[in-house]
Amino acid sequence: MSESTDQSNGKSPGSSQPKDTNKEGIPPKSPHGQGDHGDVSNKVKEKPKSLYIRILRQDSPEDASYWERHTITYEPELNMTTVLQRVAAQAKTADGKDVTPVAYDVNCLEEICGSCTMLINGRVRQACSTLVDNLLQENAEEIVLEPMSKFPVIRDLFVDRSRMFHALKKIQGWINVDGYWDAGEGPKQSPAEQQDRYPLSQCMTCGCCLEACPQYTKIEVERGEGESDEAYEDRCREAYSKGFLGAAAISQVVLFNLHPTGKMRAGERLDALSSEGGLQVCGNAQNCVSVCPKSIPLTTSIGRAGRATTVHAIKRFFGF
Amino acid sequence: MAEQRVVVVGGGLAGLAATMKLAELGIPVDLMSMVPVKRSHSVCAQGGINSVNNVTRQQGDTEWKHFDDTVYGGDFLNHQPPCKEMAEWAPRIIDLLDRLGVPFNRTGEGFRDQRRFGGTLYKRTAFAGATTGQQLLYALDEQVRRWEVEGLVKKYEFWDFLGPVLDDNGVCKGCIGQDMVTMETKAFPADAVILATGGCGLIFGRSTMSMACTGSAASRAFQAGAKYANGEFIQVHPTAIPGTDKLRLMSESARGEGGRVWVPRKAHDERDPRDIPEAERYYFLEERYPEYGNLVPRDIATREIFSICTESGLSVEKGKLCVYLDLTHLPKDTLNKKLGGILEIYEKFQGVDPREVPMKIFPAVHYSMGGLWADYERTASGNLLEGSPRNQMTSIEAMYAIGEVDYHYHGGNRLGANSLLSCIFTGLFIGPTIKNFLENLPKGTSASDMEPSLYEEATKKYQAIDDELKARPAGGENPYLLHQQMGEIMTKNCTVVRHNENLKKAYDEMCELEERAKKCSLSDTGNYTNQNLQFTRSFLDMFPLAKTILKGALLRDECRGSHYKPEFAMPSLESEDEDERLREAETWCDRFEENTKKWLKSTIAEYGEDGEPIITYEDVDTSLIPPRPRLYGLKGAEIIMQVWNARMAKQSNQADSKTEEAVSSS
Ligand SMILES: Cc1cc2nc3c(=O)[nH]c(=O)nc-3n(C[C@H](O)[C@H](O)[C@H](O)COP(=O)(O)OP(=O)(O)OC[C@H]3O[C@@H](n4cnc5c(N)ncnc54)[C@H](O)[C@@H]3O)c2cc1C
Ligand code: SF4
Ligand code: SF4
Ligand code: FES
Repeated sequence: MSESTDQSNGKSPGSSQPKDTNKEGIPPKSPHGQGDHGDVSNKVKEKPKSLYIRILRQDSPEDASYWERHTITYEPELNMTTVLQRVAAQAKTADGKDVTPVAYDVNCLEEICGSCTMLINGRVRQACSTLVDNLLQENAEEIVLEPMSKFPVIRDLFVDRSRMFHALKKIQGWINVDGYWDAGEGPKQSPAEQQDRYPLSQCMTCGCCLEACPQYTKIEVERGEGESDEAYEDRCREAYSKGFLGAAAISQVVLFNLHPTGKMRAGERLDALSSEGGLQVCGNAQNCVSVCPKSIPLTTSIGRAGRATTVHAIKRFFGF
Repeated sequence: MAEQRVVVVGGGLAGLAATMKLAELGIPVDLMSMVPVKRSHSVCAQGGINSVNNVTRQQGDTEWKHFDDTVYGGDFLNHQPPCKEMAEWAPRIIDLLDRLGVPFNRTGEGFRDQRRFGGTLYKRTAFAGATTGQQLLYALDEQVRRWEVEGLVKKYEFWDFLGPVLDDNGVCKGCIGQDMVTMETKAFPADAVILATGGCGLIFGRSTMSMACTGSAASRAFQAGAKYANGEFIQVHPTAIPGTDKLRLMSESARGEGGRVWVPRKAHDERDPRDIPEAERYYFLEERYPEYGNLVPRDIATREIFSICTESGLSVEKGKLCVYLDLTHLPKDTLNKKLGGILEIYEKFQGVDPREVPMKIFPAVHYSMGGLWADYERTASGNLLEGSPRNQMTSIEAMYAIGEVDYHYHGGNRLGANSLLSCIFTGLFIGPTIKNFLENLPKGTSASDMEPSLYEEATKKYQAIDDELKARPAGGENPYLLHQQMGEIMTKNCTVVRHNENLKKAYDEMCELEERAKKCSLSDTGNYTNQNLQFTRSFLDMFPLAKTILKGALLRDECRGSHYKPEFAMPSLESEDEDERLREAETWCDRFEENTKKWLKSTIAEYGEDGEPIITYEDVDTSLIPPRPRLYGLKGAEIIMQVWNARMAKQSNQADSKTEEAVSSS
């Protein structure tokens, strides 16, 4: 469970758990465990000797994807980044064929940097915080890994999420300070204001919410023959700015517009939300909020942003 | 003259702070990072960032005391002028972060809240939930994005720094990077290169650090001629959660908020910890260090936890070394508000709720106090001369080092919550330094004046390294497995307790491993997103630093900060007789003074022609606060301090009368 939710809405722990949806089929956990992982070591009665991992690979954006099966020795307390490390180290398929190590994106290993997002048994999540013992509950036969489907594949499980960073530019996701010299303290803020902003500020640009969103569709810009980096980037930027911003960026607008200084530019951010690919694309499917690993209240943010945009539009219409 | 550019390598707190400051000064920056900067290791920091503040000030705290805590905590191996400057900047830095929108926790009245961290008696640490590093990194990342939109910053993410480009005079004129996706190797001409590439925890296999903390950039700079200093000073954090791929940190803030460390008095007591009555619990830190309790400085806490498990055999579990870190007596509401993020980590990775059950923790490699040697220019009053081009410059001219990869701020041991500070401080402070450096660059020596061949040749040189790796016959040694072995050698011999015998053996083992590593072969010889090649290259670059760390540790025959050799530990006072104890204290102080003379020196390593590190020593500027014994928990500490203070008083009287004489005779 996440304290960020508790902080944002003041509910007691356990009152709102988007991750509950993932608990299906997991037997009751140890008396003291409260997290959705329970006392993992006790859950699986029969430990397998080996793990089978089926991975959807792709050598490059131009190549077709293909499945490959790997196996490693089971150990207690394995997480999926350890599994991927072992798979890379052995560089052999389950039937002994030499292959290249599987490419993937990783850094922190503690679900805070957002790098290692992928589809694990069909569900989008971080490899580092996904524990093998829990996966065996979902499917004891094998673990299935696929790259996220909403972003262009670079190689294997490694995808290109630069579109997310473009979205942060479009919404002007920063506080416009006058300069970095000493100008005394920041504006005074109540604990309630801090607790409103803090959860939103935990967004690690991981992309889970976008993967789950029916309105967010993949944009893949193919590189032209001999096209320069700059020209290619320009075309990407253009394509991205027409596409849907997605829940993460919308929620960031709320984050910055809540800040006493950030507010001063609220209108510009709301303009970005009203432009092509903005808030109006959202179909309110609410898939985003249920997959966010940081339990960010995304639909609440979308609602707030929606109301603010409407008010902003009316004010503009009447020339306030 | 063509536009002058600067390359910043690394987009953690230090690199981002430097980038935004340079952009503000109008200097265009190429920002290169192995990972998207927003995913840099700084995101992991949990606890907070230190500064004197309005509350502590009224309790008698000052910038000077923060400075004093920093150098005392560092066992006086820190250079004092930079630390003094940093402590003075600290309140302004927190103010700036506050203005940038960091959601610092608030008091009821709406001020920033602070907590207490190890090694100080004041609540100096500002924090944002339990994800302070993430919040600070994001604030700076946002500012850099703003400058990116303005066109002053160009990001090169998923790029690996391969090494500096040096002209005939050994001056840095840019660097070589490799696109980790397309594998293109490219030269970045620049008039200054700033390395902000963080620590080197991966040399120890598993640590609290992230996968990008390979130390590869520092090693490549070292191999190109930069000096590396105090390598042997590696901080081992007292409290981490042992895991198969990483030892996940349990922040000091858990103790800061009242967490208590204990073991059952009976070894491997199998009862549920909650059923063990108070009387049968051994709160060993509180008993041994009544003043600081659970908040003794890191090196002490680490050693105590380590020795209670190994020497005293009181580990909670039989097969695995660990002690309890207990929060269960604290109100859940407070825990959720103040420690939410880190408790979540424990729960997520261990499947147990730390609000209900005491956590099991053990020390883990955490921070590199040492790093690239870097210069500074001091003023008469002991501050830094702001804007001096020498500040933070490595021994290679025009190449700078900031953040965890520099060496002079944390001495023998870093205080908790001082690193985020040193990263942001050095990042901001380097702005005017670079500006002046660029403005004073002699005509005709700019990167844009260089012959293109300088860059072509350097690019070729680094491409040749890849070509050689790819040409190796298949079926050789496996780099991933050898890396594990490297980690085992380092962790076993060169962490909490160090013995010369073991260090010697470890050095030989490391040399053997290096020979085997020369026969590593790649399982991917392709030219596209080749992570296998990239990892193997970083792994090979770990050897020069691993050997520097081992050799530095072997040669340093003393105990200082994190570097602990029982053979050279200073004794407790044993005698019960008062006079005898006084004599013991005098001898103790003599020995301390001797040791200070001999060993209060930075270890300086240079990369020898044969690839072996050459070690020399260099004086440390301790002119502002004279080194004094660090006596946490030593038996007889009060008497030693008395004797010591008497000596100091005498010395300063003598010094005073000398100056008086000088004055009266002139
Ligand atoms: C778990 C944890 C918790 C911590 N908590 C605290 C705390 O509460 N308070 C505190 O003060 N300190 C804390 N620290 C220490 C502090 O977080 C780090 O020292 C600090 O963040 C380092 O920042 P940095 O900018 O120097 O480097 P990093 O954040 O490590 O960034 C390094 C950058 O360099 C890049 N890089 C590295 N090598 C290369 C290469 N070869 N080519 C290109 N780019 C490269 C990386 O991609 C990255 O962008 C903690 C550390 C850990 C491990
Ligand atoms: S609520 Fe909007 S953003 Fe969220 S999943 Fe649905 S359509 Fe996507
Ligand atoms: S909102 Fe949640 S799911 Fe979406 S990118 Fe941020 S952290 Fe990931
Ligand atoms: S590696 Fe950072 S989130 Fe998984």
